[in-house]
Amino acid sequence: MATPYIGVPVQRREDLRFLTGAGNYTDDLTLPHQTHAVFVRSPHAHARIRSIKLERARAAAGVVGIFTGADVAAAKINGLPCGWLITGNDGKPMNEPAHPILALDTVRHAGDGVAVVIAETLAQARDAAEQVEVDYEVLPAVVDAVAALAPGAPLLHEGAPGNRCYTWDIGDKAGVDAAFARAAHVTTLEFVNNRLIPNAIEPRAVNASYSRADDSYTLYVANQNPHVERLLMCAFVLGLPEHKVRVVAPDVGGGFGSKIYLYAEDVVLTWASRQVNRPIKWTADRSESFLSDAHGRDHHTKAQLALDKDGQFLALRVNTTANLGAYLSTFASAVPTILYATLLAGQYATPVIHCEVTAAFTNTAPVDAYRGAGRPEATYVVERMVETAAREMGIDPAAIRRRNFIRSFPYQTPVALMYDIGDYEATLDRAIELADVAGFATRRSQSQARGKLRGLGYACYIEACGIAPSSVAGALGARAGLFEAGEVRVHPTGKVTVFTGSHSHGQGHETSFAQVVADRLGISMDDVEIVHGDTSKVLFGMGTYGSRSLAVGGTAIIKALDKVVAKGKKIAAHLLEAAETDIEFADGQFKVAGTDRSKAFAEIALTAYVPHNFPHDKLEPGLNENAFYDPSNFTFPAGTYICEVEVDPETGAVNIERFVAVDDFGNIINPMIVEGQVHGGLVQGLGQALNECGVYDSASGQLTTGTFMDYCMPRADDMPSFKVATHGTACTHNPLGVKGCGEAGAIGSPPALMNALTDALGVADFAMPATPQRIWATLQSKQQRKAA
Amino acid sequence: MTVKVSLTVNGKPAAAEVEERTLLVSFIRETLRLTGTHVGCDTAQCGACTIHMDGQAVKSCNILAMQAEGKSITTIEGIASADGTLHPMQEAFRQNHGLQCGFCTPGMVMSAIDMLRHYPHPDEATIRAELDGNLCRCTGYHNIVKAIQAASQASA
Repeated sequence: MATPYIGVPVQRREDLRFLTGAGNYTDDLTLPHQTHAVFVRSPHAHARIRSIKLERARAAAGVVGIFTGADVAAAKINGLPCGWLITGNDGKPMNEPAHPILALDTVRHAGDGVAVVIAETLAQARDAAEQVEVDYEVLPAVVDAVAALAPGAPLLHEGAPGNRCYTWDIGDKAGVDAAFARAAHVTTLEFVNNRLIPNAIEPRAVNASYSRADDSYTLYVANQNPHVERLLMCAFVLGLPEHKVRVVAPDVGGGFGSKIYLYAEDVVLTWASRQVNRPIKWTADRSESFLSDAHGRDHHTKAQLALDKDGQFLALRVNTTANLGAYLSTFASAVPTILYATLLAGQYATPVIHCEVTAAFTNTAPVDAYRGAGRPEATYVVERMVETAAREMGIDPAAIRRRNFIRSFPYQTPVALMYDIGDYEATLDRAIELADVAGFATRRSQSQARGKLRGLGYACYIEACGIAPSSVAGALGARAGLFEAGEVRVHPTGKVTVFTGSHSHGQGHETSFAQVVADRLGISMDDVEIVHGDTSKVLFGMGTYGSRSLAVGGTAIIKALDKVVAKGKKIAAHLLEAAETDIEFADGQFKVAGTDRSKAFAEIALTAYVPHNFPHDKLEPGLNENAFYDPSNFTFPAGTYICEVEVDPETGAVNIERFVAVDDFGNIINPMIVEGQVHGGLVQGLGQALNECGVYDSASGQLTTGTFMDYCMPRADDMPSFKVATHGTACTHNPLGVKGCGEAGAIGSPPALMNALTDALGVADFAMPATPQRIWATLQSKQQRKAA
Repeated sequence: MTVKVSLTVNGKPAAAEVEERTLLVSFIRETLRLTGTHVGCDTAQCGACTIHMDGQAVKSCNILAMQAEGKSITTIEGIASADGTLHPMQEAFRQNHGLQCGFCTPGMVMSAIDMLRHYPHPDEATIRAELDGNLCRCTGYHNIVKAIQAASQASA
């Protein structure tokens, strides 16, 4: 019997190639007759294009082709589609203005694509791009969502009056109003959830080629879901025959949501590769990433929590304005609605909730899902409100949470979700113990003695992973079902290749999925290969986002494995001359129950491919099965994070003294990988709280944080080491009992840190990112007020 | 204008005629086809392009190829033994899950090797401070710090 693999911290098989420089990222690939593309981008946030002169650029050395919005329009190429239709509370569909792949007559954000220049070398393409003369008539711009909705704001799209995409709501408004009327206490806060720029370290990259020989296209692209990319591009934008288009997402250097979407550059290059009949490569430089990748967050929210005199939550009222940027990106409309408002119950039995969301177009880069996508914004609202209510009412913040925890499952929230299972008390208890909350008062007075301010904050988050089921997603406006596909190909020698529609761009699926397969088949992990990211190999895939890979993609593989075992039993029954119902499969052996007669998995595999005497009316040769899995519900990871900070009032610097994360991810396949996911998520969340903010100048509409000098990415010396632990309650509706761990860290850490910081500073609220300069200024004005 | 650049790369001589403006990282990636050295920002902020030049860690996106004339450079492809045995730093990253998507990894490993030359037994604060020139978006740095600590102990 092979070693059990599930639950073991197996080292990653991906690592060898990444550690030796043998990775295969999109930009690493150079094709025969390769050309290079550079995009001419708008320097203005909002402008009309009066004219584009290309003569000088066309005459530049090495130019192979130049295309503009006019060429795209002449070729009748559609705009980019949005995958989720939100119906507003007026019953009307959202406003869905066109999203052209190259601007035709108007540019709507700094960095909007105007032309593409293709040349023999990258340097020549850059030189020629500088020769493209665009005459702009600059228009007034608006970058803030609240300002965009105000009367008289500059209008982005004729089809979206007032710059409104939709106003949407969920929950029981009348019930909430009634509950507030009888509340003993009401906590009110107003937040900005700061705009984030994802910044995967690998920039977006595309290498597109066309073959006249068989009229086919191949697109290499740094992308999280190649089949969806192909489907959207073929069916909705270019009208290409899908079977003639291969999309490959090879090694991808991080995504965090930003590489889910079908981007204009991908489509432009695919189309243009046929026009120039050469492969075309484009890799974003970092400034282009800042300007053209989909951003995240950017909410403005007013929230009110009603409580009775004992701190029992009676109702939550939330009103959010969400910035969608200049155009609707692929999932943009769902993020501040379906993925946000449905999470506002958190871990609590708040009886009534109402949330209204208005989404606005602005002259900024499109905003879409970024690690957590809606759930961090919701968790920030809930956990800042709960902590603030506890402080206002003089109740211990842990106690107020315990008083309101959901304790019986399944639990139907007032905002659509049905939690299957959880144990919020257990993760809170464990976190309190690991963080030594009991010793906090002593540590605080020690800090005080050194002239420092110390604070402690909790966040008890919940998230919903693996968007599902398709019928529910469809009812909520999703234009596609959200299932996953898997295929298990057993080779004649008993080795196995597994094809998954999930995509790995750092998550380590090649390892963890192989652990699952080897365990289920009772074979060595060395005999299992995982293949992903290539539409010519994998039958279909919805891809990787929303922490869905193992819960949805893993389950599709399990379903295919079940079919393999079922067929193996048939073959074993034939070989062992037993009834199929008497065959048991365990530890890699097909065995006749109650006997010592058995056949190993590899023997069955070989027999499947070299059958001499199969009863062909009952048994086909071969051992290859595929499955599609549509989950019956979301999974609901949850946990408690406790953060302890020390602030130096002389400088405003924040030091994270302790950070404890206790998560319930259900069953765990590879604890090493899971911990790594938590660490990474935590730093992205703490980066939001302390460092990062995408800022557009309100007058010019320019992105003022357009480089790593201006946009403060968390570096090693900004961050602490973490204490992480898990306490699992197995998911009730997938066979592995798994939930998803990719986004939790980014969801729970911002409120934990801001709760600790506001505790340290003794202020009711503080806006993210809490930079030293802003903290120092706050402390100074507080001191001046005291002195006055 | 082109210029001839001759240098030693991973112990072997290399020479090519390149445009004067060619960056060392482009020379390594495009001319020599050693694609393990990555470009994450083009502005010397992210450190994904870190290599060793005459034994010092440098960001190859901020050096012209012609500045490397006559120098000896080592890239991520050149640090494992000829038989494939990993460098102790590579091994420590693997053992400690110090990488996820792998894109920043070559630069991290090259920086970390250089770090231990300057600080053979660094504490956590030193490691974090010395990693200031390398960005990672996946690992949260926790396991990178652990890996470098482990490598420093392994070489004790």
